[in-house]
Amino acid sequence: MTIKSTIAKGAALSLTALALTACSDGNKGGIQPQDLTDMLHLVMESDRAVYTKQVVNRLTKDEQVIKASEHFMDEKALPLPAQMFRFGAETVAGKTDKFSYSLQSLWPINKQNAPRTDLEKTGLQFVVDNPGQNFYGEETLGGVKYFTAVYADVAVAPVCASCHNEHKDTPRKDFKIGDVMGGVVIRVPMGS
Amino acid sequence: MSKRAVWLIWVTGVLVLSGYYSFRLFASEDQEAFVIGPATHGHHQIELACATCHTSAFGGGEVLQQACVNCHGKELQAADDSHPKAKFTDPRNADRLEHLDARQCVACHREHQLEQTGAMGVTLPQDFCFLCHQDIAEDRPSHQGMAFDTCASAGCHNYHDNQALYEDFLTKHGQEPDIKALARIVQRSDIALKHPHHQPGKALRAADANAGALEDTVLADWLSSAHAQAGVNCSGCHTATPAASAKASPPSPQDWVDKPSIAICQGCHGEETATFYQGKHGMRLAPNLSRTLTPMTPSLGRLTFNPDAAHRELTCASCHDPHSVDVREAAVDSCLGCHADTHSLAYQNSPHFQLWQAELAGTAAPGSGVSCATCHMPRESHTTSGMQRVLVNHNQNANLRPNEKMIRGVCQNCHGLTFAIDALADPHLLQTNFTGRPAHHIDSVDMAIRRLRESNATETASPEHIQP
Repeated sequence: MTIKSTIAKGAALSLTALALTACSDGNKGGIQPQDLTDMLHLVMESDRAVYTKQVVNRLTKDEQVIKASEHFMDEKALPLPAQMFRFGAETVAGKTDKFSYSLQSLWPINKQNAPRTDLEKTGLQFVVDNPGQNFYGEETLGGVKYFTAVYADVAVAPVCASCHNEHKDTPRKDFKIGDVMGGVVIRVPMGS
Repeated sequence: MSKRAVWLIWVTGVLVLSGYYSFRLFASEDQEAFVIGPATHGHHQIELACATCHTSAFGGGEVLQQACVNCHGKELQAADDSHPKAKFTDPRNADRLEHLDARQCVACHREHQLEQTGAMGVTLPQDFCFLCHQDIAEDRPSHQGMAFDTCASAGCHNYHDNQALYEDFLTKHGQEPDIKALARIVQRSDIALKHPHHQPGKALRAADANAGALEDTVLADWLSSAHAQAGVNCSGCHTATPAASAKASPPSPQDWVDKPSIAICQGCHGEETATFYQGKHGMRLAPNLSRTLTPMTPSLGRLTFNPDAAHRELTCASCHDPHSVDVREAAVDSCLGCHADTHSLAYQNSPHFQLWQAELAGTAAPGSGVSCATCHMPRESHTTSGMQRVLVNHNQNANLRPNEKMIRGVCQNCHGLTFAIDALADPHLLQTNFTGRPAHHIDSVDMAIRRLRESNATETASPEHIQP
């Protein structure tokens, strides 16, 4: 990792921390939810792309020294990029309820990762239909109002498309690099 | 009766009852009066150490939840829990929580309701999977028409631990033979690895014993033990302080400990003791209990035991003769000294016992025999910083509930996956201690292999992995 990218990531994390502090204090002059989710997504997207390209794609496709597997513990392999992302989301969920995020798709390998709420369904379709645009909205779940943002999850490396196309559980087999394969959904609670 | 007398009786009664329960709560060791119902099989041994789970009188459900995690959290992590709390804290599952708040262990495992408690300590109806997976047949047409009370009862799925049942594992191991060509359990670690202070060639001799005059049997047992081989002298166990144990000369009467406590064993056998505390044998002695309890005895258990052993206390020395520390004795004879349920009594008529006898007689290879401990206190490989050690898991309950947890660490040493799943799902075979063959075949492996073949028929590429 270059010094420049390290600094960029550090700055993004610091901004996020500041933003969270502002929101939790109920500071009306603080950061807006959309700015907050945009910054959170920037960190997530960057880390996810680095792991996919610099670790998984390089080591499995280019240098061919190790494989990546859904069962990485049993197979002594690398976790798949989607697993890496979900582990992070689960770790965050165990530490805070000030925001949550998940990786979903209209063509999920695990059907539990299909959109469930109306906003998720609308948002995921929107980011597929409108490349380069994000989807923002509000929804009430379990009596709590959320600001919900949906960001396109794009195939950034050949392994993204090939792995999904070849998986026995995939409902779609024609992904190619650059396609929107799903979406990252970030939620920030706004109160009941 | 006058109004005044009624008041007097009422006030006196309230004071007497308040005083009685206050005494029992705050000053007495006996808190049985506060147990609202018998605890489950997993907790009844420690139900009188109330504050182990009820850590705060003023907390809510989060207090109990944390108590669950304190004892079971690491185990769930190690099992790669299929339904961790984090899956349910996502707001997108809020509607599901209205049906089942799976963020809390007690949503499925309510304590002190023994009459409503089913297998695995679950207090929900067996078809609870329906709450979230009612549309499973859309994704898995092979599941069409299957009743939801069979998900976890037919040897197919577990709520938490699916390490031996996940689909790709079934397809990878499903065609192994019933009995493998090389049926062996993992060998014990070299003594040098088990005893960090062991010095090759420094085994102790009779003249080295530093306990004064010894009975011949005690001396002979000790000389034949792994302790003497590893250089552990009498003072190594029969003294309470490291300084006293390090002396070559016999300990002074002040330093001498006639019956070493479990803490002495723990000094060298930390991992073994830690797992002993986690199981039903040792949980009453666990250091994290809110109060000190006496050791477990068969009379406190809920299985069938030998009446003669009813009041035998369970510590390390109960199973391991303290001088010979013969692990072969601890692997069978010690167990059958107390356990007299159908499964235990059937062991000595089982093929597993024949293999064990053959190994003891030297007519079969080391590791080919199957003792009680082979399955219930298995040897487990642990790799830390590249160094592999084999340790015995002394929590004999760790792989029992559900019993599919036994497949990977135990059964598959010798048996194929399909045979193991079938055998463990057959209640009659459990009773006969696996004498005979499984009466029924569980379809899960066939279904997984069939599905893979169907997928491969339409695909030329391999599915699950990004291959190097």
